[in-house]
Amino acid sequence: MTSSSTAAGADHGFVTVTTADHLFGFPLARVRDVFVPRGLSRVPLAPPEVAGVLNLRGRIVTAIDLRARLGLPKRDPGAAPLAVGIERRAEMYGVVVDRVGGVLHLARATFEPSPLTLDRRWAEMCIGVHRLDDGLLIVLDVDKVLDLNQGRVAA
Amino acid sequence: MDDLLGDFLTETGESLDLLDSELVRFEREPNNAEMLNAIFRLVHTVKGTCGFLGLPRLAKLAHAAETLMGQYRDGAPVTAAGVTLILESIDRIKQILAELERRGTEPQGSDTELIEALEGLAEARPRAPAIEEAPSGEEGQPDRNTGDSVGARAQTVRVNVDTLEHLMTTVSELVLTRNQLLELVRRNGENAFKAPLQRLSSVTADLQDGIMQARLQPIANAWQQLPRLVRELSRGLGKLIELDLRGGDTELDRQVLELIKDPLTHMVRNSAGHGIESAGERIARGKPPAGRIGLSARQQGGYILIEVADDGRGLDARKIRDKAVASGFATQADIDRLSDAEVFRFIFKPGFSTAEAVTGVSGRGVGMDVVRNNIEKIGGSVELKTTSPEGSVFVIKIPLTLAIMSALIVEAGGQRFAIPQFSVVELVRAGPSSEHRIERINETCLLRLRDKLLPLLDLAKLLELEWADGDSKPRVGARTVVVMQVGTKRFGVAVDAVFHAEEIVVKPLASLLRDVEIFSGNTILGDGSVIMIVDPNALAGFAGTVGAGEDGGSDRAPVPEVTPAGTMPLLLFEAGSKASKAVPLSLITRLEEFERAAIERCNGADVVQYRGRLMPLVYFEDSKESCEAGLQPVLVFTEDGRAVGLAVDRIVDIVEDRLNIEIGPGRPGIVGSAIVNGKAAEIVDVSHYLAKGAGQRAPAAEDPVPPATRLLLLDDSQFFRDMLTPLLAADGYQVTAAGSAAEAKSLMDQGKAFDVIVGDLDLPGLDGITLPERVACSSSHAVPLIGLSSQTRPHLDDRARAAGFVDVVGKFDRQRLLERLRAFCKPWSRVA
Repeated sequence: MTSSSTAAGADHGFVTVTTADHLFGFPLARVRDVFVPRGLSRVPLAPPEVAGVLNLRGRIVTAIDLRARLGLPKRDPGAAPLAVGIERRAEMYGVVVDRVGGVLHLARATFEPSPLTLDRRWAEMCIGVHRLDDGLLIVLDVDKVLDLNQGRVAA
Repeated sequence: MDDLLGDFLTETGESLDLLDSELVRFEREPNNAEMLNAIFRLVHTVKGTCGFLGLPRLAKLAHAAETLMGQYRDGAPVTAAGVTLILESIDRIKQILAELERRGTEPQGSDTELIEALEGLAEARPRAPAIEEAPSGEEGQPDRNTGDSVGARAQTVRVNVDTLEHLMTTVSELVLTRNQLLELVRRNGENAFKAPLQRLSSVTADLQDGIMQARLQPIANAWQQLPRLVRELSRGLGKLIELDLRGGDTELDRQVLELIKDPLTHMVRNSAGHGIESAGERIARGKPPAGRIGLSARQQGGYILIEVADDGRGLDARKIRDKAVASGFATQADIDRLSDAEVFRFIFKPGFSTAEAVTGVSGRGVGMDVVRNNIEKIGGSVELKTTSPEGSVFVIKIPLTLAIMSALIVEAGGQRFAIPQFSVVELVRAGPSSEHRIERINETCLLRLRDKLLPLLDLAKLLELEWADGDSKPRVGARTVVVMQVGTKRFGVAVDAVFHAEEIVVKPLASLLRDVEIFSGNTILGDGSVIMIVDPNALAGFAGTVGAGEDGGSDRAPVPEVTPAGTMPLLLFEAGSKASKAVPLSLITRLEEFERAAIERCNGADVVQYRGRLMPLVYFEDSKESCEAGLQPVLVFTEDGRAVGLAVDRIVDIVEDRLNIEIGPGRPGIVGSAIVNGKAAEIVDVSHYLAKGAGQRAPAAEDPVPPATRLLLLDDSQFFRDMLTPLLAADGYQVTAAGSAAEAKSLMDQGKAFDVIVGDLDLPGLDGITLPERVACSSSHAVPLIGLSSQTRPHLDDRARAAGFVDVVGKFDRQRLLERLRAFCKPWSRVA
């Protein structure tokens, strides 16, 4: 599964999202939906990254908070987050982000592997970065973002 | 794998399963030519198809087996050795098929020995191996004819399980969407969508029933292997054992079916290994030399009951006591205090086995506890019904389906959760002022329930839920406790509120959440929100670590039993006068509590805001409206989609009891008095209070009932007669009540005529379903009969319709009963 997302991440389009002032890209091919995570029910005893579960047109979606996942500070209580819907092994997930930008098609030429100095936790979930005129787009490995065993800081 | 091979594997697999049971019968009845033919044909097809598909190994083996079978078919005497050899060949064929399915090619290996043995046996016969190469083509698709149910099979279509699963999922979605729509319409009141939505609702329900039906499979599929197993066991153990299977056509969900295969096999092994004695011992005890293991299945409500019985030596209480002490399960002092019935429960404990020798059959200490775990995992239960030197009977109770279940919706820590109803025993209020107290020993909470201590879990605490202010809410004062039973363990779970029971569609947890063991799934409620389903087994695990309440103490709490005939859950409460009051739980929509400050006065009547609407609040005749602040417990009843609240002083308990009204009504609002839970209680006439609450609301009679339609109400329960008579009378019927079919018949024979009959389908003694037949001869003209049933199941409805009932209505669905009556009475009354 990683090989497919690597390939997809390298030369296809991205759905760009902003979270805590960072620009991230989800491989376009993996994004099913963008929605407002409304009616979220918390799941007691679930890992902290799980924001909750919600009903999206009759399907139960598990919401993962990207901020929590990447160890970023909590969102302001007043903020209105969005969620990027991703299907994985017949299950529907929603990655909760601050804002959704749009679709971006990038050439392979601007792509670089993750910098070696990147935080371990981030490094495992990032495929690499694209150099943009006004900053960097961090390409996320969707499967690793959703695999909560990845990038756990060993206790 | 190509389609041809795929089809071949599916068909052959099914035929082979069928064959297992056939073969054992064949050994017992070697002269049954029909069976012989069936088996021969199957082997023959395997051989033919193998040749065609290019599977030489399989073809050779099948050929050798066919040769021997052919001789038997032609009349050669069948020997035990022959049957064994053929069984062995079929096993080998199965092995090869399994490999074939996995890899797509035949595995390497040699069957020479087996083939030689088969051939050897065939040649030993006087007749030459004269197998007719039976007219090929004709028998090309024989597996449709192997069973005895030839006719039944002709009308079937093979559907892929995935397709069925997909349909089920889609229907579940439909049910949820329908629930959401209903909720919306309920909130917005009358509008143009109401009628089509009602239609959609009933079509959805039909569809759901249909799909559920399609998923059902006869339980015989789960015990197909048993005859073979018993045959092997009896040879291996040197005992004579007969297997008796009954009720094999009882149907249950295929998912459940898969899950009970292993437990059933285990129990049959146990009966053979532990229960049945050797022939010598049996004769010495005056029993027939051959032991008998009987399995019988039947449906009861939403459950399937399977009895596993044997006529062996029964459980040996002394041996179990010794074993329990020897293996450290209990001290000698403990064990001496226990009754035999309690001692027998040890067999369900992990690692407990009394077989003296570890045999291939049983005695490895992984027996009944595994059975129990597996059955409880699917919401079922297993218990020892009886045991004596004449035999033992175990009863397994399992739900019909796992996809949809009834659950209690509760609130804890500001969130809602679903608790499966099958493990809920009762709901109680526990607090300083109530008779059920919460006791504390150090940090451990215990519930004092009728002189018994139960471990008490706090759901919010268990789920580590905190209130918004970050503090654990101080939990003083009264709590609602859900008393649950899982296996033999009974415990209480304190929640903040209990809403209602709802049929929920169970959806599996996302794989990310599977580690959260306390939840077994999630579901979408009618209002669209997602809630988690609490796993009773996990709770029981926690309860085990909290208190000492294992095994439910000494009052030997019965496993939540199938409701004994005639009893029903009743809500006991106090209101007005001191006398305690009761009302059938089924008539209550919800139990609510409102802040007294939230009760408003409007138009001279009390109302309270409830789900975005105003709900009238009525009080008991002799009760004073309480002015003090605090919570007002309210029973919510619904009629015509409108809720009416009945204010009570205190909800006491929910009990399961028989309702025999012994003293008639002394005043309005009371149906009469009965003994409930050993104490006198007044049974409340709900319709009286509903009417009071409805107040000036105009009667909803768009279709007025024709004047004086004569209605005969036939129900054996005095309570229902008393309950329904005023209701029907209020709707304009001239009601005559009868308590039995005989009484009804004599009324009619005396010349009384009726325009419509409403009768209970579940009449005791005579089957209520035969009612139409019996009244037909007493009535000069056709009278429409409407059946009342406490369990509405499609097949029952069909049976009732076939018997002559024009419709079947749920016993508690008064709304629908009135609707159906109106529909049938209009045209009929003109005829009459």
